[in-house]
Amino acid sequence: MDAESLLLALELASGSGQGLSPDRRASLLTSLMLVKRDYRFDRVLFWGRILGLVADYYIAQGVSEDQLAPRKTLYSLNCMEWSLLPPATKEMETQTSVVKGRFMGDPSHEYEHTELQKVNEGEKVFEEEVVVQIKEETRLVSVIDQIDKAVAVIPRGALFKTPFGPINVNRTFEGLSLSEAKKLSSYFHFREPVELKNKTLLEKAELDPSLDFMDSLEHDIPKGCSDFPEVHPSGSILEDNGQCSGNFSG
Amino acid sequence: MEDSIPVNQKIKHQELGETGRPWEETVTTSQAPELGLSEALELEQGPETGLQPRSSPPTMPLSGARTPDRPVDDLVGLRASFPSSAFQELPSTLSPLALARQDFMAPWQSDKTTSVIPEAETPHFGHLEQLSDKGGSTLHQTCQSKGNTFHQSQQTKYPLYELRDVSDHTSKQKELRFDIFQEDDSDSNCHLDQPESGASQVAPSMLEIAIQNTKAYLLKTSSKSGLNLYDHLSEMLTKVLDKRPENAVDIIENISQDVKMEHFSKKLDTLQNENEMLPTYEMAEKQKTLFLQGNVEGADQELEDEIAEHALPNIMESAFYFEQAGVGLGTDETYRIFLALKQLTDTHPIQKCRFWGKILGLKMNYIVAEVEFREGEDEEEVEEEDVPEERDNGDSEADEDDEDELPRPFYKAPQAIPKEESRTGANKYVYFVCNEPGRPWVKLPAVTPAQIVIARKIKKFFTGRLDTPIISYPPFPGNESNYLRAQIARISAGTHVSPLGFYHFGEEEGEEEEEIESGRDSFEENPDFEGIQVIDLVESLSNWVHHVQHILPQGRCNWFNPIQKSEEEEEEEDEEKEEEKGEEPDDTEQEVGPPLLTPISEDLEIQNTSPWTTRLSSNLIPQYAIAVLRSNLWPGAYAFSNGKLSSLGHSNPLWASQAVCGKGSTCQCRRRERCGFNPWVRKIPWKRKFENFYIGWGHKYSPDSYTPPVPPPVYQEYPSGPEITEMDDPTVEEEQAFRAAQEAAANSTEENEETEEEEDEEDDYD
Repeated sequence: MDAESLLLALELASGSGQGLSPDRRASLLTSLMLVKRDYRFDRVLFWGRILGLVADYYIAQGVSEDQLAPRKTLYSLNCMEWSLLPPATKEMETQTSVVKGRFMGDPSHEYEHTELQKVNEGEKVFEEEVVVQIKEETRLVSVIDQIDKAVAVIPRGALFKTPFGPINVNRTFEGLSLSEAKKLSSYFHFREPVELKNKTLLEKAELDPSLDFMDSLEHDIPKGCSDFPEVHPSGSILEDNGQCSGNFSG
Repeated sequence: MEDSIPVNQKIKHQELGETGRPWEETVTTSQAPELGLSEALELEQGPETGLQPRSSPPTMPLSGARTPDRPVDDLVGLRASFPSSAFQELPSTLSPLALARQDFMAPWQSDKTTSVIPEAETPHFGHLEQLSDKGGSTLHQTCQSKGNTFHQSQQTKYPLYELRDVSDHTSKQKELRFDIFQEDDSDSNCHLDQPESGASQVAPSMLEIAIQNTKAYLLKTSSKSGLNLYDHLSEMLTKVLDKRPENAVDIIENISQDVKMEHFSKKLDTLQNENEMLPTYEMAEKQKTLFLQGNVEGADQELEDEIAEHALPNIMESAFYFEQAGVGLGTDETYRIFLALKQLTDTHPIQKCRFWGKILGLKMNYIVAEVEFREGEDEEEVEEEDVPEERDNGDSEADEDDEDELPRPFYKAPQAIPKEESRTGANKYVYFVCNEPGRPWVKLPAVTPAQIVIARKIKKFFTGRLDTPIISYPPFPGNESNYLRAQIARISAGTHVSPLGFYHFGEEEGEEEEEIESGRDSFEENPDFEGIQVIDLVESLSNWVHHVQHILPQGRCNWFNPIQKSEEEEEEEDEEKEEEKGEEPDDTEQEVGPPLLTPISEDLEIQNTSPWTTRLSSNLIPQYAIAVLRSNLWPGAYAFSNGKLSSLGHSNPLWASQAVCGKGSTCQCRRRERCGFNPWVRKIPWKRKFENFYIGWGHKYSPDSYTPPVPPPVYQEYPSGPEITEMDDPTVEEEQAFRAAQEAAANSTEENEETEEEEDEEDDYD
C-alpha cells in the first residue's frame, strides 16, 4: 500500500478483518514520510505485518525508479523506528526452511536447529550433531521474500516496459473494468517471469511485449488457489491467495 | 462431353429462377407447398428413370404459374444442373415422374435435414462446364437471401453446371431452384400439370411442416457459441450486399470470420460512457432495505420498547475497542452488520444476540451471529433420523440347515452418539449466518458429536455456499452448513474467554454432589464484579477463564456412555461404578475435560509456545489502553477487555441502561448507598467490559501442512475357519486318488459282507 493512499487502502482491505489500530496508523503515516526522505525512495509501500509471540513486525518496502528491481525492505516494531534488512539470498532460504513455528517477535532471537553433518577428520568420516543457529532476522528476510515471490500480484496494464529496459508506472491506467477484474488472466505475478520463456510461439504471438512481461495468474497450479471472494460495495474486488492466506490484494 | 449415361438418380427440378424477387421482400414464411417441394432436393436412388435437362432455360410455365402465387422469402429454389448434353430419354411415362415426385416429397420430409446438408464443395458459379459423370446429375442448391432470408448453399459431388439465367444476382447470392426436366415443354407441361395439381393438394401441410422444420433447424442455436446459422448467414449477406466487394465469393470465408469476431468486440464509444449494470447495484439495493426498515411506524412507544430491550448488542462499541486492538471490519461494514443484526432480532424471538464474527470463504464469506432464543420459543427442527444401525448378528434364519450359511462378521457398527439437547453443551446457542448484510439470515442446524469428531480430522476451506458437499477422508457426515457449525462450536469452546470473576456459578443446588462427573454447565454474570486492572490481564493468563464448555474427544460436552442398556441399569451402574469397571472391560472410560471457568493458563501449549498472546492495545497511552488477547491455537480469535470501571456508570449493566431513558430519578441498584448515582449526570450505556470475536478462515493452527489421515488397515471381518479359508481346488490326481480310495473302502466292505454271507450260507449248508 502506497504511503500516500494508506488510509484508503486500509479501508478497502478491511474485509479480511486485519486492520491497524489508530495509533499505528498515525505513526505509520508520519514515519513513512520520513523514511522516504531519508532513503530517497521513489515510493514507499507499507508491505504488511507479521505477527509474533512477543511483538509484531511491521514491514515496509522502498521502491526506486525501476519498479521490478529488488526492493529494499525495512522493519519496525513500533512503526516509528525503521531498520533496513539485508537482501534475500538463496542460502538464507535453504537455511531457514528448517525453522517452523511462529515468529518470536524479537529480532535478535536465535533458533537452534540440530543437524547431522559429516565431518572429515583425517581419514575418519563420522557424523556429528551440529547445532546451527539461525537468527530471526534472517528468517524474516527469507519469509518476506518467499511471500513476495508467491503472491505479489499486479493488474495488467499498471506497469509497462520500455525498450530501454526500466519498467515504469503506467499513468494512464485507470483500473480494470468489473468484467476484466474478475478474470485471473488480468493479473500478473509481480516478479521476474519464470514461465514466460516456456510459452509456445503461438501463445507469445498474442501477448503485447510492453504489457505482458510477467507471469499471468491463470496458469498457476493448483487451479483456484487465487480467488475473488467478494465485491466490495464500493466496487473494488478483493483477491485472496489460498496458498498464503493472509495475503490480500485489492 | 457426356455420353448418354443412364441417370440413376431421379431429380426433380423446379426452377424459380428470376422469381427470386418476391423472396427478397417479405420476411414472413411462405406456405407454398410447391415451394417447399422445391426447397429440398434430394438425390434418390430411385427408379432408374432418366431425367434430362432441358436445354432451354427452364422457366417453365409451371414455375411461372406457381411462383407468383406464392411469395417466397425464405424459400429455396433448388437448382440442379445437369449435363445439358446428357440427353437421355424421357421416362416412359410421366406418371412415374409424378409418383416419383410424391415419393420424393415424402422421404424428403423425413430426411430433410440430411438433404439440406449434404457435403459442400466450393460452388462454381457461372461455369458452363459440363462434366460427364456416371451418376450424372449434380445437385446444386443455392441460397438466395436478401435481408433476412437466406439459405444454405450446398453442392454434391457432381458439379455439373448449367448456366441459368439467374446471374442477375450477384455471385454471392445463392439460389435454390428446382428444375424439372422435360423433354417437351408441352408434353411435360400437360403431363406435369395434372400430377402436380394432384400432388399439390396432398402436399400442402407436409410442405408447410417441411418449411417450418427447415427453418427451425436453421434457427437452432449452437451449443458452443450461442449463434445460429440463420442469423449468421443473414448478417453475412447483409454485409456483403452493403459493401459489394469485388470477387466476394473468394473472400466469403473471411467475411464470415469477421462477422463472427464482431460479436465479441465491445462497441467502444470514446465520446460517451455507457452505463453498465454492475452487480454492485444489486447489492446496494438489498442493503438499502436494511436502512429503511426502521421507518415502519415511528411511534414513540415502540421506540421506548426498543431501547428497553437488551437483545441487540452494541456492536459499534465493541468494534471501537477492537479497532484499538487492530482487529476489525471497518466502520461501514460493521454498521451494516449492526443493521442486519437488528433485522434478525426483529424477525425472530430472540433473548440474547451477539455478533460472533466473520468466517472467510473462497467465494463468499459468512457473517455469524450467536443467538439465544427466548424460553419456550425455540423453533423445533425436524429431527433427523439417526437410527443406529447394527448389523444383524443376532437374527438367525430359519433355513439354516438347507442353505449355506453366510459367515457372520465380527463387525458391530458403533452406536451413534446422540447429539446434545438444545440449550445445553455444544448446542447451547443457535447460530445464524448470512453471506452479506442485507441477505437473509439462515439458521445453522444443531451440531452432532460425530460431526465434531470428524471436523477435527479434516481441513477444508469454506466456499461460501451452505449446501456445498464436503468431500473428504474420513467422510464428513453433512455438507458445508454442518461443517461450519462444527467449526463454530470448536472455536467457541476453545477461544471464548472472559475475565476472571465476570461470571460465576449460580447458587448451589442440592444434587450437585452426586453429579460431579457432569460438571457444572451453567453460570451467571457476577453482579459484584469490579474489574481487573488491564496490566494484570496482560501479564497473567490466569486472569482469564473459559466460559464455554470444553468439548470432549467424544464430541459432546457432557459425557455420554455409549453402552447403555436401560435406565434402571444405568442407575445401578452409577452407584456401583467401581464394580462395573471391573466386570466390563469393554466399557470405555469416561472422558473428562477441564470444568467450566478454568483459567486459560491451564491450556495446553503447542510446540512450546503459549496458546495465547496478550498485548496492550497501545504502548503510548497506557492509561486508556485495553488488554487484547490473541489466540495462537485458532488464528483469528481475539478477546479484549477494558478492566477498569467506568467512571460514570454502574458495574451492573441492567441498571445503567435504564438510566439512559431517564426513567426514574433514583438508582434502582442494590448498592444504594455506595453507588454514587447522580441523576443529573448523563449516563453512558454500559454493555460489557469484554468481548470475544473471531475473524479468520475457521481453521486451527498447525505448524505442519495438513496431511489427510491414512486409511486404517483392512479389518479382520470374519472369524477364520474352514468355510472361508481359501484353499486350492484338488488337482485331478488327487481327486482320482481320493475316489480310488473310496472305492477301495467300499469294495472292502462289500467283500466283507459277501464273505460273511458266504460264510453264512456255508454255515447254512452245513
